[in-house]
Amino acid sequence: MVPLSAYVAVSAILFMTGLLGVLVRRNFIIVLMSVEIMLNAANINLVAFSHYLESMAGQLIALFVIAIAAGEAAVGLAIIIVVFRGKISTNVDEMNLLKW
Amino acid sequence: MSDLTDLLIKLIPVLPLLAAISNGLLGSRYSHDVAHRLAWGSVGLSFLCAIGVFVDVVRTGTTHEVIAYQWIFGGDLTINLAYLVDPLTCMWLLVVTGVGFVIHVYSVGYMHGEAGFTRYFTYMNLFMVSMLLLVMGNNYVVLFIGWEGVGLCSYLLIGYYYDKVSAAKAATKAFVVNRIGDAGFLLAIFLVFINFHTLDYTKVFAQVGDLSPEMATAIALCLLIGAVGKSAQLPLHTWLPDAMEGPTPVSALIHAATMVTAGVYMIVRNHVIFDMSPVAMSVVAYVGGATALFAATIGLVQTDIKRVLAYSTVSQLGYMFLGCGIGAYSAAVFHVITHAFFKALLFLSAGSVIHALSGEQDIRKMGGLSQKIPWTHRLFLIGTIAIAGLPPLAGFWSKDEIMGHAFVHDHYLLYGIAAVGAFLTSFYMFRLTYLTFYGASRMDHHTEEHVHESPMVMVGPLMVLGILSVVGGIGLGFPPEHGWLHQFLAPVIGPLGEHEASIGLMVLLMGVATVIALLGWGLAHYLYSVSPSTAEGWSTKFSGAYKTLLNKYYIDELYDFIVVEPLKRLGEFLDWFDRTVVDGVVRGVGQMADWGSAGSTWVEKYIVYAGLNIIGYGNHLVAREGRKVQSGMVHHYAALIVAGLFLLALVVQFFIEQ
Repeated sequence: MVPLSAYVAVSAILFMTGLLGVLVRRNFIIVLMSVEIMLNAANINLVAFSHYLESMAGQLIALFVIAIAAGEAAVGLAIIIVVFRGKISTNVDEMNLLKW
Repeated sequence: MSDLTDLLIKLIPVLPLLAAISNGLLGSRYSHDVAHRLAWGSVGLSFLCAIGVFVDVVRTGTTHEVIAYQWIFGGDLTINLAYLVDPLTCMWLLVVTGVGFVIHVYSVGYMHGEAGFTRYFTYMNLFMVSMLLLVMGNNYVVLFIGWEGVGLCSYLLIGYYYDKVSAAKAATKAFVVNRIGDAGFLLAIFLVFINFHTLDYTKVFAQVGDLSPEMATAIALCLLIGAVGKSAQLPLHTWLPDAMEGPTPVSALIHAATMVTAGVYMIVRNHVIFDMSPVAMSVVAYVGGATALFAATIGLVQTDIKRVLAYSTVSQLGYMFLGCGIGAYSAAVFHVITHAFFKALLFLSAGSVIHALSGEQDIRKMGGLSQKIPWTHRLFLIGTIAIAGLPPLAGFWSKDEIMGHAFVHDHYLLYGIAAVGAFLTSFYMFRLTYLTFYGASRMDHHTEEHVHESPMVMVGPLMVLGILSVVGGIGLGFPPEHGWLHQFLAPVIGPLGEHEASIGLMVLLMGVATVIALLGWGLAHYLYSVSPSTAEGWSTKFSGAYKTLLNKYYIDELYDFIVVEPLKRLGEFLDWFDRTVVDGVVRGVGQMADWGSAGSTWVEKYIVYAGLNIIGYGNHLVAREGRKVQSGMVHHYAALIVAGLFLLALVVQFFIEQ
């Protein structure tokens, strides 16, 4: 029987991995993938607690999160394609229009 | 019958008022013919109404009090537009409307072709309304309204030729001098109200016994000031001769027959108050006597036909005042009536002369007119004989009655003054007649060619007045002091005192009066017909006196010096004061405001704005630096979100959990 703390630890490691990826990497696609990793870390957490608390709500929310993540990946990739067409680049540092 | 009389009484002033309103507002829309028919027609109807009222008063002997309109009521003050028609008012009504009607008709001819024809008749009708209110009112306020109304119309009509400077000045002078008298009259009204708490004649006269003699004297003297102003007595007589600038019918109606006698009416109406004050009575008598003599002397040498008549009017008004002052009220009223007849006749005849001579008024440029304008000549002569006091014409009876009363009641000084005045009156009137109608013509050729008798519309009224001047005296006042008029007026004026004079004395006095008048005539005949050189010799021999008289005793110059010039200088000083001191203060205040605003502009600019700028600039700096936080870098935002998350976690850990 794998203890709950193990699941939470894996989840935390995955989350930190994704977070660092988002903050550190410069490539759009990798940032997007890191976001997916963070979402999945949250999913592990949800499912683990669902099992631990013997409630199906956590697993249901995890399914929702997977669906949203799919949509989000589609929208994110579409934005990346549009930006890439204008800039011929996937470097996040060049995307600095979201300011004053 | 009484209701009908009340209606007639109400109609009397309303009819001319309607005509005045119509002519005044719509006169320019219809022809002159319509305008003058309205004017004299309305006055004629008023005259008929007045006759109706008169007949009723004679028949029933009642006094009518009619409230036409309840005007002011509050507290203990009630003032109605109400009429009191007693025998005294009746006589005045007949004279005002009758003579007024005749003069209106005459005006149609005299004013023919004048530019302001309709305006003239509007003012005339307005004058009739005011004069009727004056004599019909049952309280002092209505009397005062009429009093001011006639003053206003007098002003308007003297200034009828308003483009003539002398006329405009004369109008202003008449108005201003009358104000002095009106102020006295107002004071009298206030005093009456303070003492009686009412302004109705009947109520006032009923309580008049409660007055202290001093208060009675005060009221009487204030009333006298009003009367002196209106009736052109010394020392406020100066406006009347100048008033001759108006058209001649105006002089006849307003400045001879009616308005100027308003002072006499007022004194007779208030005789109860005057009777209580012997002091006021003797002041009235001596003012009248002095004026009678004084004006007569000026009349001796004047050369303007209308001015001679004007001074004669002042003089005759003096006789009326004299009569009032010695208690001969009915004689004074009698003289008012006869004077209205013969003075209107004289003025209108003079107007006819002026009309014939194309506007010439200087008697030195007349002469020999008796053949050319025979009717005017005859009627003027009748007027002259009437005013000179030759029996049996009108003036003799009334003037003799005043003089006789003075003699019988031991006012010998006044009798002497009146006798001398009568001699002078006779002299200057016959002088006027001789210079105008007899002797050689002194007209220039051009004028002489155009001399013509006036049209019937002018001569007709003259004839009516001529007949009245002949029979008016003997018809109304014979036998003296017991004539029809005296008995008619007795309810108002009170029974005459016990008659002391014997028939013999009366006849003697009449004889003396006749002789005096004849002497005046004789002297005038000698100086201006028999031996004209003597008259010229006298005027050079007594050149000092002659010039003094010619210049009207320099009264106008004296008033100019004492009153007008100082007032002008005061005005100039006030003007200077206003311009320099008052305006200086105003400008100073303005200047200070100017400086103040400059100062506050500086403060605003360098202090307030500076503060605002510092704040603004600070904001600007903060914003300029602060906006750099929003870099546009996605991972900066992400890092901040994470940092915020950790912070939140810390807060939850350390502050919420416990």
